[in-house]
Amino acid sequence: MAARIVVDPITRIEGHLRIEAALDERGTITQAYSSGTAFRGIELIMKGRDPRDLATFTQRICGVCTYQHYERSTEAVERAYGVRIPPNARLVRNLLWSAQVIHDHVVHFYHLHGVDWFDIASALSASPAKAVQIAKQYHANPYNASESHYALVIQRLSKFVQSGQLGPFAGAYWGHPAYKLSPEENLIMASHYLDALAVQRVMSQMEAIFGAKTPHPQSLIVGGVTSVRDALSAERIGQYLFMLKQAQDFIDRAYLPDLVMMGTRYKDEALRGDGAGLKNYMSVGGLPLDEEEWENRRFLFPKGLILNRDLSKVLPIDPMKITEEIAHSWYTYEGDQVALHPFEGQTNPQYTGLEADGKLKVEGKYSWLKSPRYDGIAVEVGPLARFIVGYAAGSEPIKKLMDGYTARIGVPFKFWYSTLGRTVARGLETKLLADFVPTLVNDLVTNVSKGDERFFTPYLPKDGDGFSLSEVPRGSLSHWVRIRNGRIENFQAVVPSTWNASPKDSKGQVGAYEAALTGQKLADPKKPLEILRTIHSFDPCLACAVHLLDPKGQEIAHLKITV
Amino acid sequence: MYKDFDPNLIQPIDPANEARLLAEADRNLETLLQPQADSPLHRALRKHGFSRRDFVKWAAMMTATLGLPPSFTGRVAKAAEAAPRLPVIWQELQSCTGNSEALLRSANPGVEDIILDLLSLEYSEVLMAAAGDQAEAVLEESIKKYKGQYIVVFEGSLPLAQDGIFLTIGHKGERGTELVKRIARDAKYVINAGTCAAYGGIPMAQPNPTGATGIKPFLRANNINTPVINLPACPVSPTNIVGTILELVMFGRVPQLDAYDRPIWAYGTRIHDKCERRGNFDAGEFVQSWADLEGLKRGYCLYKVGCKGPFTYNNCGVVRYNQGTSWPIMAGHGCVGCAEPNFWDTMTPFYEPVANRVYAQPMVSDATADRVGVWALGAAAVGITAHAVATMVRSALENRKSESMQKPKE
Repeated sequence: MAARIVVDPITRIEGHLRIEAALDERGTITQAYSSGTAFRGIELIMKGRDPRDLATFTQRICGVCTYQHYERSTEAVERAYGVRIPPNARLVRNLLWSAQVIHDHVVHFYHLHGVDWFDIASALSASPAKAVQIAKQYHANPYNASESHYALVIQRLSKFVQSGQLGPFAGAYWGHPAYKLSPEENLIMASHYLDALAVQRVMSQMEAIFGAKTPHPQSLIVGGVTSVRDALSAERIGQYLFMLKQAQDFIDRAYLPDLVMMGTRYKDEALRGDGAGLKNYMSVGGLPLDEEEWENRRFLFPKGLILNRDLSKVLPIDPMKITEEIAHSWYTYEGDQVALHPFEGQTNPQYTGLEADGKLKVEGKYSWLKSPRYDGIAVEVGPLARFIVGYAAGSEPIKKLMDGYTARIGVPFKFWYSTLGRTVARGLETKLLADFVPTLVNDLVTNVSKGDERFFTPYLPKDGDGFSLSEVPRGSLSHWVRIRNGRIENFQAVVPSTWNASPKDSKGQVGAYEAALTGQKLADPKKPLEILRTIHSFDPCLACAVHLLDPKGQEIAHLKITV
Repeated sequence: MYKDFDPNLIQPIDPANEARLLAEADRNLETLLQPQADSPLHRALRKHGFSRRDFVKWAAMMTATLGLPPSFTGRVAKAAEAAPRLPVIWQELQSCTGNSEALLRSANPGVEDIILDLLSLEYSEVLMAAAGDQAEAVLEESIKKYKGQYIVVFEGSLPLAQDGIFLTIGHKGERGTELVKRIARDAKYVINAGTCAAYGGIPMAQPNPTGATGIKPFLRANNINTPVINLPACPVSPTNIVGTILELVMFGRVPQLDAYDRPIWAYGTRIHDKCERRGNFDAGEFVQSWADLEGLKRGYCLYKVGCKGPFTYNNCGVVRYNQGTSWPIMAGHGCVGCAEPNFWDTMTPFYEPVANRVYAQPMVSDATADRVGVWALGAAAVGITAHAVATMVRSALENRKSESMQKPKE
């Protein structure tokens, strides 16, 4: 082992993440270690509180997919209470879900992930006229593509670069050999970076129409939704559709063409299998199309498990087979158990510190994240996992999009098993969803015009166990709640970034991040762009990945760190 | 209400002070503005199809939001144009990034203008392209280069338990506590964006597992006396961030703050006082429970289903969220009191009126701008409950009356 590099902070993510990678002499990653470095303890704070308050607290787990935690906790309590919400409430929640996912994916691609693929410094030397020509190769009427517009973008960026105050663009890996786009292509994407800043605001407004505000929407209650006036208002629904049109316009004329352009340039990396990672993919189902219990629900994004890339078998998911392990996490379980189901989940911290040189103690415990496993198996979750499960399960729209894309850039199916595959799947999902949303709006309008104005199902609180599973932007999210004596006795969240960013488990199986990094060659270990690219392709969200702390665990050994 | 009114404070504006403050703003702006016919902001605005008139209208709106007389409109516009690109360091702590996300969705000015023209966001883990060592280098450099000039915005609370092990950042595993001290010491102002940075927020909710705290008490305990402005709410409204920065640019000093270090212009009135459903409250029209579809459809007052508007100081009802799209009460959900210290413990359960509180917690630290005292909230709660009960009785009586009036017709 020649060296171990440390990337901390990983920026352009939510929360705090560190990656350490062991390299061989040729700069290839032989082992990677992913570590969550911050910790808040929301699960513990929930103990003893009113179950109806759960969702308002847990949505603060994360400021990005905030709505998803809100909906999960609400549903988990509904399941424990045995409440079935009316169709209107489900549809309003669908509209909120969709707006959140569309917004999240666009912001992720352009503002958090995009600069791993395009080089803003290179865009400065582009010819606007040539850029217009190139943009037209990818769409007949490309988004904001005119010579004058591109010239303005260059002017803006170059003034920025010259001023020396680079702001968010300072210190990046500009000019790195792993950047492959031409100056004009970089310019097109840089221009969309700026366009997307405006468009994403419209997308988040969509969520605010029925959700009051975002981040942290405030219109769900156990049993239904409160934004009755908005859902019954033709004006509000019209606003929502109008904004959706603007989103679709951007997705069709900027996002998808950019993905085709990137795919054309970077397909070799993808076909080489860069960042492929685990071969197991899981989806717990996303966007419910009825109000049945989870087991019998129909979903737009099907649920299922694919093992070892065997697309001929979509295995069923049993929620009781989900466990969390702590072999390499800064926690202990009572009685030396290695794996616990979330209903029985415990979180007793045991911080063992870092090595004297500030590196992770990779033989022992090295992360605040636990290791979720399905039936003892490490799986990848996220848009790519959803698409692979959906493809195998025979979802027509998913098949059409995936096959259409690979045909367009001329690659076989194995293209998908890569960093780029993950990034492209996210974009195709945005398209699929945006095109499906009008159906949901129609359903809502039809239902209301038939005279059904129910948005809430009355219930009597009772004790019990409840859970809610759903696909959310970054993968499978589940909330688990145990209610006793009318109060929350235990709450656990098993979140997508924990599935993907988990440290090794008791059997030494690595999580998706660690697997995806292993075997990648770094062009310049001092500027590990390839690591960022792969990690960002998962869209890390670490605040939600970090579990709680037990207040009784006061005696925690820690090293003094020499700064 | 403002007992310790000081004529030097920026607000509220006394006509006698107006001229003096205008002159002060002019003097301050003079030092900031470079002689430039066409500012970068204007070019950006033109590019986005905003006319000069739109910009002036925006400045007028912002002036009103800031609680300044119309004579300040020109100065607000100038502050927005102030060319020296105020350096800003945005540091995430124990956060959920919700406040950065909120800023990303800010309408006025568009965040692209904030990033590129108005501010110089030197370090933001959420937005920056650099990572790892390079990101750390950017931070170090910004602290040195802009010593004493930069604004630091903290997002998230700071965990103190067990010597701060619950938050480490950077390749040396630096504790959050050390980082905060280092950044705050050389800053010109500290802005705490969101309730977590301001008062500890959700990580500090009982039993406060990580020993989380708001930033100001920590700084003062460590003898760091950089001025602190708290902008609570979950998330903070972007208008309140932009407005605060504009005011800092315009006057070069901290705006008038309340007892909890919140700018009076934003947090000076209760949600209840400017609520769009206040009329329903006064008329005794309440949503009785979540099953009360009629009440929800008519937009009745949400006090009985748990609204904490009467106990919360913020301007949500006026500025709303996401470019004025909505806010909780408009969406039929009560206020949860998210701009108040300790609201996770003092305002819960969220779906019960304050008077029906089932927790045995003492009612502590109910923030009011004028620090009326703990008992006053109790009194207010009693008063409001009495009002709610009285109007219910009254409407019940009225119903009975109207029923009895209808009876003869049968």
